[in-house]
Amino acid sequence: MPKAEWPPAEKRKLIGKPIDRADGPAKATGAAKYSYDVNRPGMLWAKLVTSSHPLAVIDSIDTSAAEAMPGVKGVWKENIQVQSLTREQAEKEERTEAKGYTFVGTGPEFKVYNPTSKMQYVGQIIAAVAAESEEIATEAAGRIKVRYTPLEHQVVDSDPQFSKGNPNVKEQGNVDEAFGKADVVHTGNYGIPVITHCCLEPHGQVSEIREGEMYVWPSTQNVSGYADRGLSDAAGIPQNKIHVDCQYMGGGFGSKFNPGKWGTICAALTKQTGRPVKLMLDRDLELAIAGNRPSGFSKIKVGASKDGKIVAFDSETWGTAGMSGGPPDLMPYVFDKIPSQRNTVKRIQTNRGPAAAWRAPRHPQNCYLTMSALADAAAALKMDELEFFLKNLDLTARPQIYKEELEIAADLIGYKQKAHLRGDKTPGPIKRGLGMAIHTWGGLGHDSECDVTISPDGSVEAKIGTQDLGTGTRTVIAQVVADTLGLPYEAVKVEIGKNAFPKSGGSGGSTTIGGVSTSARLAATSGLNAVCEAVAQKLETTAENLEAVGGSIQQIDKPTNKIAWKDACAALGVMPITKRGTQTRNDGKAKGFTNDGVGGVQMADVSVDIETGVVTLNEMVAVQDCGLIINMKTAESQVYGGLIMGIAYALYEEAVYDAKTGRMLNADMEFYRLAGIKDVGKLKVHMMTGKGYDDRGVIGLGEPPVISPGAAIANAVANACGVRVPNLPLTPERVIPALQKEGSLV
Amino acid sequence: MSDKKPAPNPTGFSRRGFLKGVGLGTVAGGLISPVSLKEAFGQESGVQGPGEIPVTLKINGKERKLNVEPRVTLLDALRNRLDLTGAKKVCDRGTCGACTVIIDGHPVYSCSLLAVEAEGKEITTVEGLGTPAQMNEVQKNFVKYDAQQCGFCTPGFVVASTAFVRKNPNATLDQVCQGLGGNLCRCGTYAGMMLAVVDAAKKGAA
Repeated sequence: MPKAEWPPAEKRKLIGKPIDRADGPAKATGAAKYSYDVNRPGMLWAKLVTSSHPLAVIDSIDTSAAEAMPGVKGVWKENIQVQSLTREQAEKEERTEAKGYTFVGTGPEFKVYNPTSKMQYVGQIIAAVAAESEEIATEAAGRIKVRYTPLEHQVVDSDPQFSKGNPNVKEQGNVDEAFGKADVVHTGNYGIPVITHCCLEPHGQVSEIREGEMYVWPSTQNVSGYADRGLSDAAGIPQNKIHVDCQYMGGGFGSKFNPGKWGTICAALTKQTGRPVKLMLDRDLELAIAGNRPSGFSKIKVGASKDGKIVAFDSETWGTAGMSGGPPDLMPYVFDKIPSQRNTVKRIQTNRGPAAAWRAPRHPQNCYLTMSALADAAAALKMDELEFFLKNLDLTARPQIYKEELEIAADLIGYKQKAHLRGDKTPGPIKRGLGMAIHTWGGLGHDSECDVTISPDGSVEAKIGTQDLGTGTRTVIAQVVADTLGLPYEAVKVEIGKNAFPKSGGSGGSTTIGGVSTSARLAATSGLNAVCEAVAQKLETTAENLEAVGGSIQQIDKPTNKIAWKDACAALGVMPITKRGTQTRNDGKAKGFTNDGVGGVQMADVSVDIETGVVTLNEMVAVQDCGLIINMKTAESQVYGGLIMGIAYALYEEAVYDAKTGRMLNADMEFYRLAGIKDVGKLKVHMMTGKGYDDRGVIGLGEPPVISPGAAIANAVANACGVRVPNLPLTPERVIPALQKEGSLV
Repeated sequence: MSDKKPAPNPTGFSRRGFLKGVGLGTVAGGLISPVSLKEAFGQESGVQGPGEIPVTLKINGKERKLNVEPRVTLLDALRNRLDLTGAKKVCDRGTCGACTVIIDGHPVYSCSLLAVEAEGKEITTVEGLGTPAQMNEVQKNFVKYDAQQCGFCTPGFVVASTAFVRKNPNATLDQVCQGLGGNLCRCGTYAGMMLAVVDAAKKGAA
């Protein structure tokens, strides 16, 4: 009987192959319908009214002018309650600050505002309008009058004096003693700012209620889990009567798991108006409120012996994730076995839009902070950076993998020919340098269920309640099922994107590929077994002695005894069979289908114009492992994409906040700059495959390649111009002052 | 064909008017030889609106009649009125190129042009370049070289690339990167795009 375990290399017909993505033609021709593209008959457009103040309480919301406009069909507004009460009266009614109430005034009577009256960042949602057209909705939203009482806000995240509460301190070994014994001690400050997700398709949804059931087309990375309690409560529809459909979504990067406030408001307006409603965030809100990556600033001290061994590490890190959550706290990154270390983390609350998981949460920041400090320690030792990293790999969890990957990366970028100690000594204003960083990620497959249906006419269909974020999920499911059944890739129809299908986890943390490939493999194997059993007698052998190869079911020890797939399926009788594959995290790992823990290495080659401060990326190399690769083409695309996203945050991206007004100043795409095609240089990707890699099972790949670019590029810039530019992004306004400060500006 | 005259603007200045200039300028700089606003949009003006007015647009070779307020952009008219949703709304102000369409042979940001201004022009959207079963060379290459991930920027890039290769057969990689400087991708699909468009240009595509 065919086994579910991953086939050995020589038996893989489709697994591992660079197959074109299944939905490529639909996307390239505009035929792919994203949630934003869904237009329903009679649909209304919703637009939001949001807070103009970074911290304020709302006294009143007047929607009358908006409601009076022709074409306006529905209005939603926040629940605002303001009462004049003494402290005693307020306490009697359990209206306390601890419960989120805000007291304004000097007493004895205060204005007491209920929790939802409080706005904690510019862009926080206050009201919404649904109207016959997008233009009318926009105009009506502008006619809603909100009266605020502004409060004192705080948006500065780069200064640790703004941190509140006790710092979190983790310490091991005798840190001070270790620094005392170190031959070289380097101290430096580093910073990586808040950046946004800037999904090209904004957050939002279309929803419609018909006959007591709700149909939702959201832009989400969590199809099976999207219909949450909030959505259900807002629409007054039970969770099991909410039908989610997301065939295509335009980027999430960690920020699109839940309906969000906009989703629940859309559902509420759908209920209120009895009409389908589309609510997608406008670009400024998309950048300001739909999620961001927390900042990280760190003062780091590294102690090393003169032969280049790291002996001590002391970091004090601060940063903001908005009003809740903290800065990234994985210090020291990857080199986490440094014998003596103390790591302090301070949280700064700011009146900024809320943070959300951003591709590889915490890792890019900690990687940048740690690798920068380590490279500076190597420079202080006057030691080659690669030699220094290699020398300390025993302080990581995967010395062998990193060693192998560093050597490949060095080869690909021409390290031996190009490398020099810190500071390009060649004459002229253009300085060239190399830098590197290493990273890690988990990537264990999430829980996933898949149904494979085989019909007596031989047709095959796989259904999973998963989503394709552009990672190639559809494609890999088809590859796995077709490979399992010995069929050509085109023979398998894959349906995803609906919560009516078997449940599968949200696409976060690089968990999708391990999850769906395993459930698909399990379901397809069970389907194949049923077909083998149905034809065993006819082939005068047992199901155990059959396998699926090249469109036939054939006898393992006598391949000439075979039956074509279609004829074999006819033996199923009149009913199609549906088999379910169930993958769970623990089981999938125990049985070797999926695994976690990868290592990756990246190197950058940059030029810095020390007269203008402009950094140009010449070349970048990524070497990455991710266990067994299902589709080499889409896997490589993930790594290229990670590199390019990383180049963007290394060189351009920053959510700029104005301390005085508390506003994000660049909530648009002119001044919140992404990398263009001209900015990325020459990119090389090398995937680790073969023995020691394939046999680990399938491991996710979405996060790892985006972790190292900031650190590798910053280290290359330091190597080129001889000084550390401490804060990302590496724009001329940061590069020039760093050069001037070190007195090395030529 | 309609005998409607292009957009009204009694003040001679509007946000949209400003943006369309910026937008077109950016595309022109990125993709093609500069086109004057007069050339692109005509010079006549007359007051219309503020209510809906009938407009006839020639899109992908077919005349489409619709009623729109004069303030409606070509992008919103395509997406919201005609259900031609290939062109995407992303930045909505002439930066990202996701809404690129071809007008009289030139790539234009449709978010930065009013629908009424597009009357009498030949408009080609991504839907007019090919279908999944019958793609043009650029589209085939976007699939072959995996020049797409989430795919939301893809239609804009496909349209811009098609306009580019029509004007620049045998373009070099450098020229391709210059030519596509008016579009942005978030997933990071440029590596595939470079190969796709250089190869399409070789084939004298589309």
